[in-house]
Amino acid sequence: MENWQDQKSYIKTFTEDECAISTQDLSVFYGGTVQKLFNVSLGFKKNTITALIGASGSGKSTFLRSLNRMNDRVARVDGSIMFHSLDVNQSKINVYELRKAIGMVFQKPNPFPKSIRENITYALKANGHRNKKKLDQIVEESLKAAALWDEVKDKLDQSALALSGGQQQRLCIARAIALKPEILLLDEPASALDPVSTAKLEDTLKQLRKKYTMVMVTHNMQQASRISEYTAFFHLGHALEYDTTTNIFTNPQGEITEKYIQGSFG
Amino acid sequence: MAKKEQDLQQVVEDALAEQKVPHVKFKGIDPRNIDVDRLTKPSKETRQERWGKGLTFLAIILIGVLIVAIIGFVGMHGLATFIDNKVNVFHFLFSTDWNPGAGKNHVGAAAMIVTSFAVTLLAAIIATPFSIAVALFMTEYVSGKRVQILQSFMELLVGIPSVVYGFIGLMVVVPAVRAVFGGTGFGILTATLILFVMVLPTITSLTVDAFKAIPKELRKSSAALGATKWQTIYHVVLRAARSRIMTAIIFGMARAFGEALAVQMAIGNAVLMPYNLVSPAATLTSQLTSQMGNTVMGTLPNNALWSLALLLLIMSLVFNFLVHLIGKKG
Amino acid sequence: MNAKKTNRIAAGVIYFLVGIVILLLIGIIGNILITGVPHLSWHFLSSESSSFKAGGGIRDQLFNSLYLLLLTLLISLPIALGAAIYLAEYAPDNWFTQLIRTTIEILSSLPSIVVGLFGYLLFVVQFGLGFSILAGALALTFFNLPTLTSNIEEAIKGVPQTQREAGWALGLSNWKTIRGIVLPAALPGIITGVILSAGRVFGEAAALIYTAGQSGSTVDYSNWNIFSPTSFLNIMRPAETLAVHIWKVNTEGIIPDVNVVSAGTSALLVIVVIIFNFGARALGNWIYKRLTAAKIK
Ligand SMILES: Nc1ncnc2c1ncn2[C@@H]1O[C@H](COP(=O)(O)OP(=O)(O)OP(=O)(O)O)[C@@H](O)[C@H]1O
Ligand SMILES: [Mg+2]
Repeated sequence: MENWQDQKSYIKTFTEDECAISTQDLSVFYGGTVQKLFNVSLGFKKNTITALIGASGSGKSTFLRSLNRMNDRVARVDGSIMFHSLDVNQSKINVYELRKAIGMVFQKPNPFPKSIRENITYALKANGHRNKKKLDQIVEESLKAAALWDEVKDKLDQSALALSGGQQQRLCIARAIALKPEILLLDEPASALDPVSTAKLEDTLKQLRKKYTMVMVTHNMQQASRISEYTAFFHLGHALEYDTTTNIFTNPQGEITEKYIQGSFG
Repeated sequence: MAKKEQDLQQVVEDALAEQKVPHVKFKGIDPRNIDVDRLTKPSKETRQERWGKGLTFLAIILIGVLIVAIIGFVGMHGLATFIDNKVNVFHFLFSTDWNPGAGKNHVGAAAMIVTSFAVTLLAAIIATPFSIAVALFMTEYVSGKRVQILQSFMELLVGIPSVVYGFIGLMVVVPAVRAVFGGTGFGILTATLILFVMVLPTITSLTVDAFKAIPKELRKSSAALGATKWQTIYHVVLRAARSRIMTAIIFGMARAFGEALAVQMAIGNAVLMPYNLVSPAATLTSQLTSQMGNTVMGTLPNNALWSLALLLLIMSLVFNFLVHLIGKKG
Repeated sequence: MNAKKTNRIAAGVIYFLVGIVILLLIGIIGNILITGVPHLSWHFLSSESSSFKAGGGIRDQLFNSLYLLLLTLLISLPIALGAAIYLAEYAPDNWFTQLIRTTIEILSSLPSIVVGLFGYLLFVVQFGLGFSILAGALALTFFNLPTLTSNIEEAIKGVPQTQREAGWALGLSNWKTIRGIVLPAALPGIITGVILSAGRVFGEAAALIYTAGQSGSTVDYSNWNIFSPTSFLNIMRPAETLAVHIWKVNTEGIIPDVNVVSAGTSALLVIVVIIFNFGARALGNWIYKRLTAAKIK
């Protein structure tokens, strides 16, 4: 395999005002010693979808999970993560509040074994929302936003586990946006879904873009090109290239990027 | 290829059109304005977290204190024989003169120590081949329903209370031993036979786990070399599981060594150096069980019994230590 | 001797040994049930035991066993649950956790007679509780804690990590995630574990002989005042359980129908253990189905 240092790399930068969240020299050490992410500095522009692409094991999930501090228990994370002019990668940061502001959707749909309604209201209730009417309204709106409302509106009190994989995944998105986060992190949200469910999901994400900033890991180049404005390419724990999706796909700067993209489309 | 993709695209679009993905406008769940101050202040969750961790840690500490207390209390009383009553430790371990009521020179526990080890070792020696056979049967020879049935039977065997084993011993084993060997029927042999049944499921289930942990590939590659089933078992399965089988046997021995009531009901309870397997004898546990109620707290006979309890405790620690030792080496 | 022949002989030996074990299993369980079940009359279950005459029953012992079991579970469940949660969810991977795990292993392998004698020393003598249900329940708690803790820990660890991550990603505290998401998902396994440990507690005698005592006081089942010495609910009264009863009548050998009483009681104990063993799994599965079924209401 080519040495990543040989590749010309181009990392697009934004001003801090333009970014919803950005990282400076983010490095991740699993178990405190095994480094799997190397000095990644990326900024994500407000109200856009950014795709993270790269081979399996290149550190996309590692990077994504560091943004809302999900790696706290398994890894040491060095560097800074700027969010509202605050470095949120510090021990004094209240990770619970941070995670409410930065929602996350996982590769495998993971609804709670509760009813559809409770899946959405559970965290809200934990945050002290008690008003039944208000809760009902949030349930409806977040399910609508996740393009799931029509399919489940008559069975809100049935178990979420009875939904199809695609429906479960959209429920997870609804659950995340019910907390009104600013940023949504999505780790291969469509990888377990069939084409129709995938299309619906993409449609959902495209609509959500107007309000949210999204960072999405995907292995599906078509998907990245369909819905993301920006794309970052990861390779062996390094962010090698970051630019508009069009540029990355049509005019990659580096050889490794080009090869990866050609290989993936071919 | 391209054609196929287009077809797929068409299918998807048709499906979407049919299901009318709603293009919703939403307001109530717009991203809220994040209150940056809250990101640096402790919240309800921080407090919950401290509570939960503290509460569960308390439970852990409780268990820790408990074990320290057990070792401390039993140790204190067990050592009183040697410290307060000035009994010689070597005398205690190697003399067979057990009559603590008669003074400090008659506190010799050797007969019980030997008997305890005898029933434990004999039970383990008898049980091990049966356990290995059953475990091999369950992992190498049959599968499915029959394994499950055997397994639930084994679990049932573990679940039968030890007094019930003691009672069966009295009803079945004692008369049988009496009929064959004469004498009273009580003794080491009877106790051993009962303990054999009691440790059988313990050793078997741990041995089954050991066999199951061996990768299938090892067996396959051995079979591919033309080895017979038995050759595979002998050279691969048994060898690879060796240390875990040892562990299983030690667990079985620990159970046998500490078993009180079943043994006490079957062994005859005479503190004598056993000269054969069918004469009445006494183990550490049987002596404790039958005599603790007959002595007065703080007297030498009572302290002497606590020394037996301490010995049991120490042996339990030794068995634990052996298991760890083998686990490290294997 | 060639390999084929050895192979056949080995298989023969294994089948032979397994055959003996199966016969033994059937013999033991059959023997207990066949000799005991005929004596399990309503009269036997509902009348008082006799200290020297034939024809006594096991009413009080049965009640005491159940009452002690209940108290033991009431005391040990919260502690075991807490300890299991700590070990499964919070414990860092360090020497202290290792020490705690070793401690629990040691406690689980302690002979129950030692646990019972410790209970005797601490509660009966030191705290002056005397032979009492409370002292018995505490001794049984010690006996039960390690098994119950590891059963529950297994159940908790069986809950997929993705469920926890779902909770954390919503900004829930770890504790809230455990209580609201992990524990409900682990409930079937926890219940199975509790019932299995209950079976062990129900048949335990060695830990009770010197704590709950070997005799029963006169018990009045209409006296609901738990502070009254004759009340069946009084936790300070001595209480003999079924298992202890079997041991006592056999070692004392006073009543003429020792074998009848023992056989009947043994059968009852074994039947309860069978019910617990199979019931535990069945109930666990049933709850699991309820929790994950398509319809909640
Ligand atoms: N919890 C962990 N502990 C130790 N190493 C880990 C852990 N999680 C991931 N890794 C390692 O970190 C590296 C990056 O993994 P990561 O999951 O970030 O890759 P990825 O780009 O998301 O891959 P994929 O496309 O397969 O999801 C891999 O080598 C992986 O083995
Ligand atoms: Mg990944």
